Amino acid sequence: MTARTLAEKIWDAHVVASDDGADLLFVDLHLVHEVTSPQAFDGLRQAGRRVRRPELTLATMDHNVPTTSATPADPISIGQMDAMTRNARDFGVRLYPVGAPEQGIVHVIAPQLGMTLPGMTIVCGDSHTSTHGAFGSIAFGIGTSEVEHVLATQTLWQRRPGTMCVTVDGALPAGVSAKDLILGTIARLGTSGGVGAIVEYRGSAVRALSMDGRMTVCNMSIELGARAGLVAPDDVTFAFVEGRPHAPRGAAWTAALDAWRRLPTDDGAAFDREVHIDARELRPYVTWGTNPGQSVTIDGRVPDPDALPAEQREAAVRALRYMDLRAGTPIRDVAVDAVFVGSCTNARLEDLRTAGEVVRGRRVRSGIRALVVPGSMAVKAQAEREGLDRVFRDAGFDWRDAGCSMCLGMNPDVLRPGERCASTSNRNFEGRQGPGGRTHLVSPAVAAATAIAGHFALPEDL
Amino acid sequence: MEPVRRVVGRALPLDRENVDTDQIIPSHWLKRTERTGYGAGLFEAWRRDPAFVLNDPRYRGARVLVAGANFGSGSSREHAAWALLEGGFRAVIAPKLADIFRGNALRNGLVPVTLAMPAVTALMRAAERDPALEVVVDVEAGAVHAAAIGLHEHFVLEARARDALVNGWDEIEITQKHAADIAAFEATRSAWLPTTTRRAT
Ligand code: SF4
Repeated sequence: MTARTLAEKIWDAHVVASDDGADLLFVDLHLVHEVTSPQAFDGLRQAGRRVRRPELTLATMDHNVPTTSATPADPISIGQMDAMTRNARDFGVRLYPVGAPEQGIVHVIAPQLGMTLPGMTIVCGDSHTSTHGAFGSIAFGIGTSEVEHVLATQTLWQRRPGTMCVTVDGALPAGVSAKDLILGTIARLGTSGGVGAIVEYRGSAVRALSMDGRMTVCNMSIELGARAGLVAPDDVTFAFVEGRPHAPRGAAWTAALDAWRRLPTDDGAAFDREVHIDARELRPYVTWGTNPGQSVTIDGRVPDPDALPAEQREAAVRALRYMDLRAGTPIRDVAVDAVFVGSCTNARLEDLRTAGEVVRGRRVRSGIRALVVPGSMAVKAQAEREGLDRVFRDAGFDWRDAGCSMCLGMNPDVLRPGERCASTSNRNFEGRQGPGGRTHLVSPAVAAATAIAGHFALPEDL
Repeated sequence: MEPVRRVVGRALPLDRENVDTDQIIPSHWLKRTERTGYGAGLFEAWRRDPAFVLNDPRYRGARVLVAGANFGSGSSREHAAWALLEGGFRAVIAPKLADIFRGNALRNGLVPVTLAMPAVTALMRAAERDPALEVVVDVEAGAVHAAAIGLHEHFVLEARARDALVNGWDEIEITQKHAADIAAFEATRSAWLPTTTRRAT
């Protein structure tokens, strides 16, 4: 048998039918949230269709939920959440609404519950579905028409993507996180470097990451333009999964392990494209522009557009204007107005612990609005058991309930026009965190240190 | 979906790369539960600039959007395709289109066209010079024509996608013809795969 990659093995195992270059893939898990599903459920209603496999469908509310009772949702958002409740009830789908202990960002809760396992196909009407690839699953975002298609048929027509691997070998230098690994990768390959491909992250630096870190890396595959990202399952994966509420037990666990151990890419399997990165060259990154590829290391300066390759110049000029930055300014001299620790990229326990260690016993620089938004209510509860809520509150951070929050401007947590934010989220697009807001993507450690220093900083600068 | 065989009209030159879906339709528009009503949100932030090309009356009624590489990157929101359609566009031409956006466009009858950089640049410059430039996107033939500048280019459109566009097919109906295949596949699924109903306490 020919050697195959991890992605090819999972793909092949899910093909229901093929037609003219497209495969009909079976979907093992369909995650649903309030924003991209109402039109899909309405479509089912109009056509008199039902949800084919409600027990393979899991819904929550995350995008437009308020994260504090001080700022209630607006009426349109409430209407959308009500629609989610109604649709879940009418179609028999399990929903974890606001107030449920399981509620949280959809990409944080499914792994926690043990609904995300190796070797699966997972889709959601959300581009950061790539997060689940950290378990060695093919996971990708889909549009609302596809949501409707999956609800009705539990399948999806897809063209087989290309294969690509990013191998990061060596040990990450101290203070360089999974977030920096992926930001550094995007800086090298560009925001369309992965278009059309499923990217497998390999190498000793990736193997050394925890599951939380691997999820951070796979999460931002979409910022590389990739269809999905994945990491081969190993003992780190199995240890994370074992014992979770929906994970297999007993004989089923043994059978699953057996199947999962056969998943990793075969020796000699070829990728369409291979990229090598030396982990020792990576540093903490800070984005300066309005796409995630526009970044420099914390030791760097805001670039001079004239010094960039010709095809990047115009976009850089526009980005610097939007970001109100001057070429040549050292990144550490850039002061911020807000700090956001949250999102499906960096709001898991490890992220909160890292940020908490930095701020412990310190105070947020006066005038800075700083908030920590756990990725799920379960993360919040565990963090509170560890006393992290006190650490953050004592430092002057807001400690919120779970949700997407300031990752995107569709709930009450938004930047005001012109505000500059150090954010652990994944997108620095114009207006992403609120109209006119200016986003700099960073790791949790840099976000925390920046909150204390008032300008971009590393923990060791404090 | 309405069948789309040919798109004929003026071209709007949007000479920017990495136009993300947050620019096409900002997230606060996504709170709605309908499929329509997004036209006013199309490029909402950029439209506040009077010099933005979409505000140029000479391009009013443009049906073809010509853009830089990686158009439609970012979020999976299908609202981006809905907003472009309500804005009158029926085709998008770029050197590279983001994957999810491309799929969303296809499923809504917005023709996604990827052309090589020189061809896109030629169209961009021509549309900037002459807002009345007529562009034809022939879906059945998989070709783009701008006769005034002698541009005739082929683009890749899988046969399935082309047939769906040209015939306005409902994809779910097509898939349901595979009901037996789906049922057969389901019978082979491993017992360890998770369900929302089976949960350890
Ligand atoms: S946290 Fe941000 S990126 Fe993640 S699902 Fe929510 S809005 Fe999307």
